[in-house]
Amino acid sequence: MAKTKSKTDLFEATLIKSPTGIQGLDEVTGGGLPKGRPTLIAGAAGCGKTVFAMEFLVNGATQFNEPGIFVSFDEPVEDLVKNFASLGYDLKGLSDRKKMAVDYIHIERSEIEVTGEYDLEGLFVRLGHMVDSIGAKRIVLDTIESLFGALPNEGILRAEIRRLFRWLKSKGLTAIITGEKGAGMMTRHGLEEYISDCVIFVAHLVSEQVATRRLRIVKYRGSTHGTNEYPFLIDKTGISVLPVTSLELTHKASSERISTGIPRLDTMLEGKGYYRGSSVLVSGTAGTGKSSVAAKFADSACRRGECCLYLAFEESESQIIRNMQSIGINLEPWVKKGLLKIHASRPTFYGLEMHLVQIHNLVSSFNPGVVIFDPVTNMISVGSENEVKSMLTRLLDYLKMKLVTTLFTNLSHQEDLEKTSVAISSLMDTWILLRDMEIGGERNRGLYVLKARGIGHSNQIREFLLTKEGIDVRDVYLGQDKVLTGSARLAQEATEKAEALIRRQEAERKQRELERKREAIESQIKLLRSQYESEEEELRTSIQQAKLKEEEISRATKEMARARKADVVKPAAGKK
Amino acid sequence: MGTENTKRKADSKAKGLKSNARAHGVAEVKSSKGFWELRLYVAGQTPKSLTAFANLKKICEEHLEGKYRIEVIDLLKNPQLARGDQILAIPTLVRNLPEPIKKIIGDLSNTERVLVGLDLRPAD
Repeated sequence: MAKTKSKTDLFEATLIKSPTGIQGLDEVTGGGLPKGRPTLIAGAAGCGKTVFAMEFLVNGATQFNEPGIFVSFDEPVEDLVKNFASLGYDLKGLSDRKKMAVDYIHIERSEIEVTGEYDLEGLFVRLGHMVDSIGAKRIVLDTIESLFGALPNEGILRAEIRRLFRWLKSKGLTAIITGEKGAGMMTRHGLEEYISDCVIFVAHLVSEQVATRRLRIVKYRGSTHGTNEYPFLIDKTGISVLPVTSLELTHKASSERISTGIPRLDTMLEGKGYYRGSSVLVSGTAGTGKSSVAAKFADSACRRGECCLYLAFEESESQIIRNMQSIGINLEPWVKKGLLKIHASRPTFYGLEMHLVQIHNLVSSFNPGVVIFDPVTNMISVGSENEVKSMLTRLLDYLKMKLVTTLFTNLSHQEDLEKTSVAISSLMDTWILLRDMEIGGERNRGLYVLKARGIGHSNQIREFLLTKEGIDVRDVYLGQDKVLTGSARLAQEATEKAEALIRRQEAERKQRELERKREAIESQIKLLRSQYESEEEELRTSIQQAKLKEEEISRATKEMARARKADVVKPAAGKK
Repeated sequence: MGTENTKRKADSKAKGLKSNARAHGVAEVKSSKGFWELRLYVAGQTPKSLTAFANLKKICEEHLEGKYRIEVIDLLKNPQLARGDQILAIPTLVRNLPEPIKKIIGDLSNTERVLVGLDLRPAD
C-alpha cells in the first residue's frame, strides 16, 4: 500500500496538468487534464460533452493563454457559434483574434465511393495546419466517432484513429475527444481502448422527474483523483462541478457573536446572540413565526451593514416584504440598498445539485454575511432524505468555511416537534424551537432554545409575540404548576398589578398617618415650650423685684445711720 | 435531338468551359455532361498516392480520352486546400464536374468502383 502511494506521488511530481478553468473540475482532477495527452469524455447524447469540451478550450484561450482548436464532426461552425453565444462565449471574436479556431469536418456518405486502401492523412494535414496557424495547445475532437458512419472499412479507420491519438500526443496537444455512450461500452466504437490517460464519464439522470447531471472520472493515469460521481450543471455561466464532498471538516470557528435581531433572544444566548459562521435552525409548526425570526435576523444583519442572502422557497420577494411589513420589519430599503438579496425559487424547479450550485454561485458573487433558507423543509420534495442531508452538509461546510452565518427554518409537526424532517438537527449549532401553546381556548407562541453549541443558553420558555411594532419575547407566567401565556398571562399580570396597587396605597396611607402624628406631637412640644417660657419670664420678674426691694432696704438703713452719725463697722473678712 | 444539343452547349457555356469540351459534346458515354474535371488529393509522394495517380490516369485514358483534366493537389504543400473539399482521407479523388460532386477514396485499384464512382458505368 505504501509502495503504491509513493509511486503515485512520484507521478504527481512529473505529471503536468492543464487546468480546465471549469469550476470544481480542476479540484476533482487535482489540477486539470493531463497536459499533452488526450482525454476521453464519454456520455449519452445531451449530457454536456460538447459544452465541457468547449469550455475547456475557451478557458484555455482566455485564461491560460493556450489557444485551442475545436473540430466538430457533428455541427456546422455557424451553429456552434450561435449555440455557445447563449453561454456568453464569443467564438467568432476568439477566432478573429487567433485564440481559437473552429472547424467543421463532415463527410457525406452518399458522395463517397471507396476503392482500395486509404489513410486519414488529409485529416492530419488539416489539423496540423490549423494547429500551426494559431499555435494551438489544446484541441477538441467532437465527436470523432462520426467518422465510423461516414467512412467504410472500420479496420483502417481504427488504425488511423489510433495513429491520430499518437500524433496528438507527439504534437504535445492537450486533447479532449468526446464519444457517444455505446451499448455495454463507454463509447460506441470503443474509443476508450485508445485513450488510456484520462477518461471522464458524464451522465444525465432523472429521478422523480428531476434531472441531474453527473460526472465521474473513470480513470486518470498517473494521478490521484476524486472517484465519486459528482453532480454538475450547466447554466448561463457555464459548467460547475460540485466537488464539495472533497471538503474536510477543518473550517475555523469564529468567536465573534452577532445579534439575532431580537434583543430578548440575544439575552437568552448569553446576551450576545449567535456565533458568526454558525448554523441556526428555527423549527416549529405552521404559523409559529419562523419566517419572522428569520426576517428579523436578516434585518439586523443589514443594519450592521452586512449583506444578507434570503433564499425563499415558498414566498415571492414582494410577498415576503409585504408580510414582514405587517410586523414592523421593513426589508424594502435593504433590498434597494443592495444589502439584501431575496432569491425566490420553487425547490422543484431544478434538482438539488442545481440548487446547490446556484447557492454557491450566489454566495460567491454576493458575498453575504448571513444566508437564510426559508424553509429548508421544502427541499425534501426535490430529493430523498439522504440526498438532501448530504447536500446540506456540503452547503454548510462551504458556508462555514466562508464564515457565513446560516439560518434555516424548518417546518415540523406537532407530534414530532423535536424531529426535523431531514434529520438535519445534528448539523446545526443552534436550534431554536417555536411552538404553539394551547391554554384557555387560545393558541400562543412559545420560544425556547433547544440547543446552542458553545453558548450558555437560557433554559426558559418565553412567550413569543408578533405585533405591529415587531417581535417581542416575554417571560411566561409560571404558577400553579403550569405555564401561562397569552390572555391567561395578561389576566394574571393584571391581578398582580391590582394587588400591587393596593399594597402601595396602604403603604402610602400609613406614611401619611405617621406624618400626621409627627405633626401633632410637634405642636404639643411647641405649646409646652411656650408655657415654660412665660413661666420663666414671670419668675425672673419677681426675682428682680425682690432684689430691688433688698437694695432699697439697705440704702435706707445706711441713710438712717448717717443721720444718727453712727460709726462705720467694717464687715469682718471672709464674711459677705 | 437538335434542341437537346443546344441546351447542352448553353449549359457548358454557362459553366465557362473550354471550347474543346464542346468538340466532344456528344459522347458515347452514359453521362450527359461532356467534360470531367478531376482533382486528386495526395499528401506527399507516398506509394498509395502514386498508385492512385497511375490508376486514375489509366482509367481516364481508357474511358475519357481528351475529355478530362486532372489536377493533383499535394496537401503537404497546400494544407489549407484540404478544408474546401472536406478532405480527410488520402488519396481522395474529387469529381468536380460533371455535377454532382463525387468523392472516391482510396488508391483507385478497383477500376469497376472507380467507374461507378465517376458515373462512367451504371451501378448494378
